[in-house]
Amino acid sequence: MSPAEIRDEIIDILGDIAPDENLDELVDEVSFRDQLELDSMDFLDIVMELRKRHRVQIPEEDYGNLASMQSTVTYLEPKMRDIVKA
Amino acid sequence: MYDTIIIGGGMSGLAAGIRLALFDQRVCILERHYTIGGLNSFYRMGGRDYDVGLHAMTNFSRKGTKRGPLAKLIRQLRFKWEDFPLAEQIGSSIRFPGIQLDFGNDIELLQDEIAREFPGSIDGFQRLCASLLDYDDLDGDDSRFTRSARAVLDELIPDPLLREMLLCPLMWYGNAREDDMDFGQFCIMFRACYLEGFARPFKGVRLILKNLVRKFRGLGGELKLRSGVARIHVDNGHAVGVVLDDGTEIAGKRILSSAGTVETLRLCDDITEVDVARAGRLSFIESISILDTQPQQIGFDRTIVFYNDSETFHWRMPEDSLCDARTGVICSPNNYRYTAGDGVLPDGVIRITTLANHDRWCGLPDPKYRAEKVAQYEAAVHSAVRFMPDFRRHTIDTDIFTPKTIRRFTWHDNGAVYGAPDKQLDGTTHLDNLFLCGTDQGFVGIVGAILSGISMANRHCLATDG
Ligand SMILES: Cc1cc2nc3c(=O)[nH]c(=O)nc-3n(C[C@H](O)[C@H](O)[C@H](O)COP(=O)(O)OP(=O)(O)OC[C@H]3O[C@@H](n4cnc5c(N)ncnc54)[C@H](O)[C@@H]3O)c2cc1C
Repeated sequence: MSPAEIRDEIIDILGDIAPDENLDELVDEVSFRDQLELDSMDFLDIVMELRKRHRVQIPEEDYGNLASMQSTVTYLEPKMRDIVKA
Repeated sequence: MYDTIIIGGGMSGLAAGIRLALFDQRVCILERHYTIGGLNSFYRMGGRDYDVGLHAMTNFSRKGTKRGPLAKLIRQLRFKWEDFPLAEQIGSSIRFPGIQLDFGNDIELLQDEIAREFPGSIDGFQRLCASLLDYDDLDGDDSRFTRSARAVLDELIPDPLLREMLLCPLMWYGNAREDDMDFGQFCIMFRACYLEGFARPFKGVRLILKNLVRKFRGLGGELKLRSGVARIHVDNGHAVGVVLDDGTEIAGKRILSSAGTVETLRLCDDITEVDVARAGRLSFIESISILDTQPQQIGFDRTIVFYNDSETFHWRMPEDSLCDARTGVICSPNNYRYTAGDGVLPDGVIRITTLANHDRWCGLPDPKYRAEKVAQYEAAVHSAVRFMPDFRRHTIDTDIFTPKTIRRFTWHDNGAVYGAPDKQLDGTTHLDNLFLCGTDQGFVGIVGAILSGISMANRHCLATDG
């Protein structure tokens, strides 16, 4: 997946977790927590969805990389590079 | 081999099951009863639908709210707000001799009431509101959690009667400890009752349970009813599976139990004796009256009334009697703001809850048990009508359930409704793959139990499952 495709995938996951949010206006550099009021339970869901959909494993000590869209895509890029978008 | 075996198909077990099934675990819920719901189930009798527990769902928030327990559970379980169409309360009341404080889903009403009745305590009340712990601060390691709520109130609220009045609803809706309350639990219940408030689905607890079970099954979860767990097999400090009442063995990688702390430990192969003193002992009788009219027609428009007939609120199991009706909760499920589309409930209903002694009820021989049910129903109503219009001549049907009933259908020691006074907030046990959820883990009530199931599933069954 390209960074743009990874971003789309994260948007899709966020849409599942927080269906009432307007994700069109998401600013990639600002933390999810500040924009979407995500809490630790929601972050676990991002991790679990990535595992479920793409078998991507994210160890607990790396959760901090999922703070914003920008940092998430940067972190996932090497892990998801070889995944072919369905 | 299941990834997770869940003991108990009540609110917490079902919620935990959904979380695990959502992420493709092989998960099985084992429930001893022939139906789901546990402490908050439903039944049909004489052509009428009854709820076991539901007076009010606490923790109300309006559709679209992003914070708070209700929003969290809707998100975590992938529901939509529309799945839980909740009608808000009309208004509730705390009634002591000669004085009442009304409250609703907006804290301003209670503030105004306190400013009027207890002007010397209103500043203290505002300070109390500002010093409540947030839900996120509530973990067992926080020393503020286990402080005495009475000690905190003594510092902030000068008027002793107001302290008693504020504690009454909060203890009734979620305090497993006698006399006093942990400050952490006080904060949870203060938010749940006074800051967030009460609501009810028109169709009662059925709607909530149906949503939970449909979601769980839709995700591939297995639910086995009439499947009581008789034993938990332990091998080398590790749970390896369970044995059902009929001898069937089921293997699992881990077990999450909502049966209660001592109740769960008792099931374990490696434990010969449990410390029964750790179990809670606060239990209730519930007296249900069906009226030939709507409660508002006889001048009763309150959703919930928490009453106490003296200036001191006694929150104790009655030692020397079957029941203690000096304090109680009166609820009318009719008194919610249902929509025109809902219509009105078919019958007028008044439910009254009073404190009861489990051992005394269970010790009664059968004919005496039935006679006492009638007598204690009458005593509860007699006590309650001092704080509401006398509805007795409108009663056309009654039902009553006792601690014995609660015990028989949930297997909780002592029929304890809010479980053990000392909670196991991290959900761990002496075994590295046996965990607790529900009443004895921490949160109680419908919303609380659901959140408990979610958070224990997340912490012990998902985050660690590589
Ligand atoms: C009279 C009454 C009124 C209430 N009113 C309200 C209210 O108005 N609002 C509110 O929010 N809450 C209310 N509650 C509290 C609420 O119902 C509970 O806090 C909540 O339902 C607890 O859910 P739980 O999953 O923790 O436990 P439970 O519901 O007790 O679930 C445990 C389940 O485990 C099963 N089980 C036990 N042992 C075994 C075994 N060995 N094998 C298999 N299964 C087993 C039991 O049958 C039970 O179904 C009320 C409760 C009562 C009794």
